Amino acid sequence: MGDFFELQTITKSFGKFKAVNNSTITIKKGEVFSLLGPSGCGKTTLLRIAAGFEQPDEGRVILDGRDITALPPNERQINTVFQNYALFPHMSVWDNIAFGLKVAKHSKTYIRQEVERMLDMIDLEEHAYKKPSLISGGQKQRVAIARALINKPQLLLLDEPLGALDLKLRQRMLLELDRIHDEVGISFLYVTHDQGEAMSLSDRIAVMNQGRIEQIGTPVEIYEAPKSSFVAAFIGDTNFLESGKVIEQFPDGYCNLKLDGFPDVICYNDNNHAVGEPVVISVRPEKLRVSFEEPPARQYHNKVKGKVEDIIYFGSETKYFVRVEDYRLSVFQQNIHFLLEENQIKWNDEVWISWHGNDSYMLQRYKPEDERLLAVPDPEYNPPTNHSQ
Amino acid sequence: MNRNANSQTKRRPPEWWLTLPSFGWMTLFFLVPSALIFLIAFRPALPNGGIDDGWSLAAVKSLFDPSYPLVIWRTIWLSFLCTALCLGIGVPVAYYIARLRPNKRRWVLLLIILPFWSNFLIRILAWQTLLHSEGPVKQLLEFLRIMDPQTTLLYNVWVVLTVLVYTELPFAILPIYAAAEKFDFGLLDAARDLGATQFRAFWTVFLPGIKRGLLTALLVVLIPAFGTYAITDLVGGTQAEMIGNVIARRVLSDKNYPQASALSAALCLVILTPMLIALFTQRQNQRKQDKNGGAAK
Repeated sequence: MGDFFELQTITKSFGKFKAVNNSTITIKKGEVFSLLGPSGCGKTTLLRIAAGFEQPDEGRVILDGRDITALPPNERQINTVFQNYALFPHMSVWDNIAFGLKVAKHSKTYIRQEVERMLDMIDLEEHAYKKPSLISGGQKQRVAIARALINKPQLLLLDEPLGALDLKLRQRMLLELDRIHDEVGISFLYVTHDQGEAMSLSDRIAVMNQGRIEQIGTPVEIYEAPKSSFVAAFIGDTNFLESGKVIEQFPDGYCNLKLDGFPDVICYNDNNHAVGEPVVISVRPEKLRVSFEEPPARQYHNKVKGKVEDIIYFGSETKYFVRVEDYRLSVFQQNIHFLLEENQIKWNDEVWISWHGNDSYMLQRYKPEDERLLAVPDPEYNPPTNHSQ
Repeated sequence: MNRNANSQTKRRPPEWWLTLPSFGWMTLFFLVPSALIFLIAFRPALPNGGIDDGWSLAAVKSLFDPSYPLVIWRTIWLSFLCTALCLGIGVPVAYYIARLRPNKRRWVLLLIILPFWSNFLIRILAWQTLLHSEGPVKQLLEFLRIMDPQTTLLYNVWVVLTVLVYTELPFAILPIYAAAEKFDFGLLDAARDLGATQFRAFWTVFLPGIKRGLLTALLVVLIPAFGTYAITDLVGGTQAEMIGNVIARRVLSDKNYPQASALSAALCLVILTPMLIALFTQRQNQRKQDKNGGAAK
């Protein structure tokens, strides 16, 4: 199936502020497409342009081969699930869901039948005649979805739909959204700042930053092969090894790198950086292994020695911050064994860190401010020397 | 929204005494005087003015004076037309202010409240001067040959209506604005998104959303309009007399307090009865809704 909804080279400014800058996305039929980025990155503006609430300064909006840039929101076959639901407070759940059909002047029997079908889908029949103020956040969310779907739109826009819900409910609604998507089969454009939501729901993700689209790809592509340091840092957690230089290229794709303030490492050269070219390496914390014993030497494996500076215990996993020369590496270790019997790693322990050369990724662009997106404790903070345990 | 619902359901018993001061005030300065007026309506009048002892139906019978129906009819249509105009102007103005940026809102609100700083009578007299046959408006219209010098702008019902709307308009704008300011304009986006035209979104979402403000504005404009007498006195003349003028004449020149009281009481009943009926039916509907879970269409 080909591209079916397109935002072509969209630019939009508010006064001097360029909210969206020359951004293009294309969504396939039936696809869940996410716009992911920090607040103020322009993703909501892009969504409002798709819905018709804002007119782009430049660029076009195409739906099913038709240019709809100039159409007002009520004439687009696109419906929106709003961030705070935007349910009409003076109408019952039933009337909220029926609103779109009433406006479209459908027959009463058709409206009744469709509303009941929707109520059945979101499992809210018993609350049909309640006002929105009397139902819970998760229920409001479902009403908002049903209300947006009843007009049978070609594209459903979702603006941070789970933002106002607590964690457990969010996880449940995520599964529910997935189920609803399977049921209706239309394209979703999902706007969120939560990478977990985007990763678990989407077929493809566009990562946005400062009005620009940094990268478009499947969740796996975005996570494993980030194009920029921003994407690497915003999606998940990572370690940047900067100011590297390719010093030796092997015929099978691997290369040796020289780094400032870090031992030389070996890395797979995905993007064919030339010898002498400056690069940055991103290594995800969960790709690193930490151990007391020195790992055996193997081809294309890196191993470095470091000292544990900080430990955060999460239950299912533990995060270690390990000092290696000038760097503090963050290492994620899954606690797959019964930890109380293990020889536990403690503060100030000397450990080995190892990873395969294929598990790190070489980036060209690097902005130091992207490091602020990472969860790294303050290196200036000195742990107490007599730390017991 | 949830917080509101909570505070309403969890009303604690000792709170009633908090209403005691306002309740006492209302009793002393509103309920008691009203009751007195109803009582005086059934007293005989002294020939030289004042109230006699004993009881009489003379004042109540005087309500059937043949000159009254015309005045009452004029009072009713003028008041309702004034209210309709005030709401009709107030809603778009309030919408406009509520959508302004907060720092601009303050200035526009100030402009609306500004006329209150000068005395009510002075403002009416200013209208008199403005529309007087030697005044600037008349002179201009004569100069442009739109009006002929014989006719006058003053002393007819339309002037009364104009000045009445002018006086009451801020009282309509302020409560509507207060409601519009709390209105979530995202709801209009939602309505548009679901296929509603701007007009439809305005009618089916915005107006119900500011219902309380509209209701307050309706009462705050309609009730004083019913009792108007200074405006009619100063710019209306005898052609535009309203019931307030008749009451004022009974009190000030005839000193026939029972007749004045009877008229006041009648006016009071005319206003209160529909209001109480509306309030009652609303309660009933609400209760019905709560019971069987809302609007079965």
